[in-house]
Amino acid sequence: MKTDYEPVIGLEVHCQVRTRSKMFCGCRTGFGESPNALTCPVCLGHPGVLPVPNREAIVRTIQTGLLLGCQIDEYCKFDRKNYFYPDMPKNYQISQYDMPLCRGGGVTLDRFSFPKDAQDSPEASARKRVHLTRIHLEEDVAKSTHFDTTSGIDFNRAGTPLMEIVTEADIASPEEAFAFLTALRLILVQAGVSDADMEKGQLRCDCNVSVRPRGQKAFGTKCEIKNMNSISGVRRALAYEIARQIEVVSAGGRITQETRRWDDDIGQTSTMRSKEEAHDYRYFPDPDLMPIRTTDGLLEEARARLIELPGARADRYTRDLGVTEYDASVLASDPHLARFFEAAASGASNPKGIANFLLNDLLSALASSEKALSECPVQPADLRELVGLIDAGRINSKQAKEVFREMFETGAAPAAIVRAKGLEQVSDTGAIEALARQVIGAHPGPVQDVRDGKASALNFLTGQVMKLSKGKANPKLASEIIARMIKGDPLVR
Amino acid sequence: MSLPLESVAALRAQLRAGEIRPRDIVAAIRERVEAHNPALNAYVHTDWDAACAEADRADIALPLGGIPVAIKDVIAVRGQPCTCGSGILQGHRSIYDATVIRKLRGAGAIPAGRVNMDEFAMGSSNENSYYGPCRNPWDTSRAPGGSSGGSAAAVAGGLAVVALGSDTGGSIRQPASFCGCVGLKPTYGRVSRFGLVAFASSLDQIGPLAHNVEDAALILGAISGHDPSDCTSVDRPVPDFAASLEGGVKGLKFGVPKEYFIPGMDPAVERAVRGAIDHLAREGAEIIDISLPHTEYAIASYYIIAPAEASSNLARFDGVRYGHRAKDPADVIDCYARTRREGFGSEVKRRILLGTYVLSSGYYDAYYLRAQKVRTLIRRDFDRAFASCDAILTPTAPSPAFRLGEKLDDPISMYLGDVFTIAVNMAGTCGISVPCGFADEGGGRLPIGLQIIGRPFGESTILRAAHHYERTTPWHRERPPI
Amino acid sequence: MGKVEIDVAYVAHLARLELNDGEAEAFQGQLDGVLGHIAALGRLDLEGIEPTAHAAPIHNVFRADEPRESVPESDALANAPLAANGLFITPKIVE
Ligand SMILES: [Mg+2]
Ligand SMILES: [Zn+2]
Repeated sequence: MKTDYEPVIGLEVHCQVRTRSKMFCGCRTGFGESPNALTCPVCLGHPGVLPVPNREAIVRTIQTGLLLGCQIDEYCKFDRKNYFYPDMPKNYQISQYDMPLCRGGGVTLDRFSFPKDAQDSPEASARKRVHLTRIHLEEDVAKSTHFDTTSGIDFNRAGTPLMEIVTEADIASPEEAFAFLTALRLILVQAGVSDADMEKGQLRCDCNVSVRPRGQKAFGTKCEIKNMNSISGVRRALAYEIARQIEVVSAGGRITQETRRWDDDIGQTSTMRSKEEAHDYRYFPDPDLMPIRTTDGLLEEARARLIELPGARADRYTRDLGVTEYDASVLASDPHLARFFEAAASGASNPKGIANFLLNDLLSALASSEKALSECPVQPADLRELVGLIDAGRINSKQAKEVFREMFETGAAPAAIVRAKGLEQVSDTGAIEALARQVIGAHPGPVQDVRDGKASALNFLTGQVMKLSKGKANPKLASEIIARMIKGDPLVR
Repeated sequence: MSLPLESVAALRAQLRAGEIRPRDIVAAIRERVEAHNPALNAYVHTDWDAACAEADRADIALPLGGIPVAIKDVIAVRGQPCTCGSGILQGHRSIYDATVIRKLRGAGAIPAGRVNMDEFAMGSSNENSYYGPCRNPWDTSRAPGGSSGGSAAAVAGGLAVVALGSDTGGSIRQPASFCGCVGLKPTYGRVSRFGLVAFASSLDQIGPLAHNVEDAALILGAISGHDPSDCTSVDRPVPDFAASLEGGVKGLKFGVPKEYFIPGMDPAVERAVRGAIDHLAREGAEIIDISLPHTEYAIASYYIIAPAEASSNLARFDGVRYGHRAKDPADVIDCYARTRREGFGSEVKRRILLGTYVLSSGYYDAYYLRAQKVRTLIRRDFDRAFASCDAILTPTAPSPAFRLGEKLDDPISMYLGDVFTIAVNMAGTCGISVPCGFADEGGGRLPIGLQIIGRPFGESTILRAAHHYERTTPWHRERPPI
Repeated sequence: MGKVEIDVAYVAHLARLELNDGEAEAFQGQLDGVLGHIAALGRLDLEGIEPTAHAAPIHNVFRADEPRESVPESDALANAPLAANGLFITPKIVE
């Protein structure tokens, strides 16, 4: 009998906090500068220097904690984590041990955070909450480059504020890990607390993964996977590693606890450090830094900066505005788009139609003209007005596209364009009846076909009416009138 | 011309009268150093040309305008070597100025010369120095004390007008006592530690060593004050210390702790300190008996906290960014381990091992946390004492200067010598040592220090008491035989 | 706090400190002695006593997020035992 195994996954996410200067010194934070150009005695760990914490990094970490539903304790502190490594200027990292800024909390996995190919799976619609253990604030290390026999160290990155977000062993599949990281990244970026660019190393993730027979309580032996630089890479690495572990275990083998490296090119994990040296970090409170009291202004400031989470926003769009679930998730995932949408939808009778026009016509116009939303020539109120004209039947959707093109080119208001172009749709029954009478007289064959129940003939006649009206007639109305006249409505003759 | 190198006030008077120029003072110091440093080994680096150039730019209208200050080799001065008396920092030059150096310069002073010390300020004899021991000007076969031995010997020997030292467990006061000069450890947070190479971050303070209390007050005034670059510096107004020296001791109440007069202490020390207490009583001070009951635990808790912090502070000396690096390392770990073996001396290694041990997995609560709780008790002792007195009188050290080599292989006996100074660092308060007599030893005379301990940020009171004591006793006028 | 013996070799490795010949034995005895002295703290009842980490009871000492000039590259690398192309050079780091 084949045993069924389940994976248990926990993530440690390191995320650079968006600040202008480093965590404990005034050097600028930056990427792509020449090596060691962004350094000073403090971030080089020179003899005699002292750290002074960047208040902004602390507020942003608390802000993140509040967004993720963490508990923020009144007293927090910085500790030293002691270990030797050439990328660490002091050979200890200023971090937080037993009194981190944030505890608990979680991230809810919405369907559209899952990879596209997994969005229809049951786990994607389960709205699972992945729980966090903690979020603490620490300093980033330097970047090493490896040569044949030596390594070179660039301390530009050293001392950049870094949030470490640790999950519980709550994640049950590579897809959930993908969804967690996608949802988390979205929140961090939208809140403005991090740029979270994985390619720039602003968001890095280590995975702890083990497998166990389904139903077993105890965890299996875990491995840690490092070196993943994209969210899809995390998914691939986990899938590979889980399969590897299941293969080992089901063949009666044992997993050795080790750190493994992911190679995205060959799609395999391999042993990085097998003989894991017992970590003895000798944490102790950093005597150079004073305790943090969050109730002394920090929490208040973080609260004032809170944003609506993308998930909550999408829910609101579907629930209150009738937007489709998919459209809502797309709109909510981009704060600029969401802001534009909300401005356009404000006071509108058909937010759903606005969402639709925005996501299709407006976004493709922006894309083909290579413009950002911030450069969009069409104002939200004008979009609302345009959709209102369609809904009122004053222009048809084809005309709407023409009007929109003009709006996008000139920035003019839709009503003005409709007037100038004489596009106003004719919904005057009398005028359409006159045209319909003309068309019915001129095309006896198709008229007979309509009587015989051929729907295409009605479309043909409607088209003729449209032609005569130069496209201004309300096509729905025209079709109704023709049908009624042919059926011998006494009112017609 | 002989200059009054033992008094900042006298030098300022001559400078302002136009009788001398700042570079004359530097030249006079240089002459003394060239004559006597070979015997004392107080200075480990000098650059007289640079000091003269700086002297020529000095604004003598400033409070310390044109006054050279000897700097302990643990305080960063941009462009100058900063080696902490260690092999591991050979060749290292600071790329920035310590806050105290900026402040001294702002007051017109000239950082001139770097003085010897126990390696990384770990020691009480200045024998743990890469440069070899500094010697006591009263008897060159004896230790000047430590770790600021070079600062004390330079001042006492007339090789410096004033000096900066640092005090983690008595490292300013004990050498001042051994060499017969004035040494003040400010309240923790009074003086910025930015640019002071950390030994034990929660205990270290920079302070002055001087020929007299007034000079110590002037230097303290110049270097004190809040520094945004040091989170442990306290934002508190700095009184005019020099202006508060007068006022005498009438109306002051001094506590004498029974725990500080212990069996086995040197009889000459006990006699001198008792004499000083009686003298202050005659001058109108009120003397009361007090108790600091946790004194006996101060050393034990200090020798947990200080090495623990040091083990972490000294981890940065690894040969990657600066300092010594072992030749042809096999790999990174070999590079670290050999660099540190070659660069550090025995005492530093001993304390790194001790500190690493007490922080290592499973021992934190039993050692570091416990020691921090004892620290609370020691602080409470002082709080309670200061509820009934204005300052506390004790010996600075249990003995006068001991012979070089005498305690080198017996760390415990060396550590126990700090018994009267350590509690002040643990409590974070201030203390000053002033000469209060001499012990006759084998034909020579060795100075003895009186320690006056003040309330946190109570430097004005102890300076005033020390100043009155100094003015009404002859001890500070005595000069060593060199 | 009973009788303790320090594992000098383990601790020296943690501290990345190679010892000279004879140092391990000398330190063993000396540190055991110091730890024996420290054991006196075991006599104190510390129940309910708060630890003192800092001499002054202040909190929230921060700086504003304002960038300041970094040092010139020549300063950053001035003391480097080995540097090339703006980088500090170490023996190859094997992860
Ligand atoms: Mg971390
Ligand atoms: Zn920096």
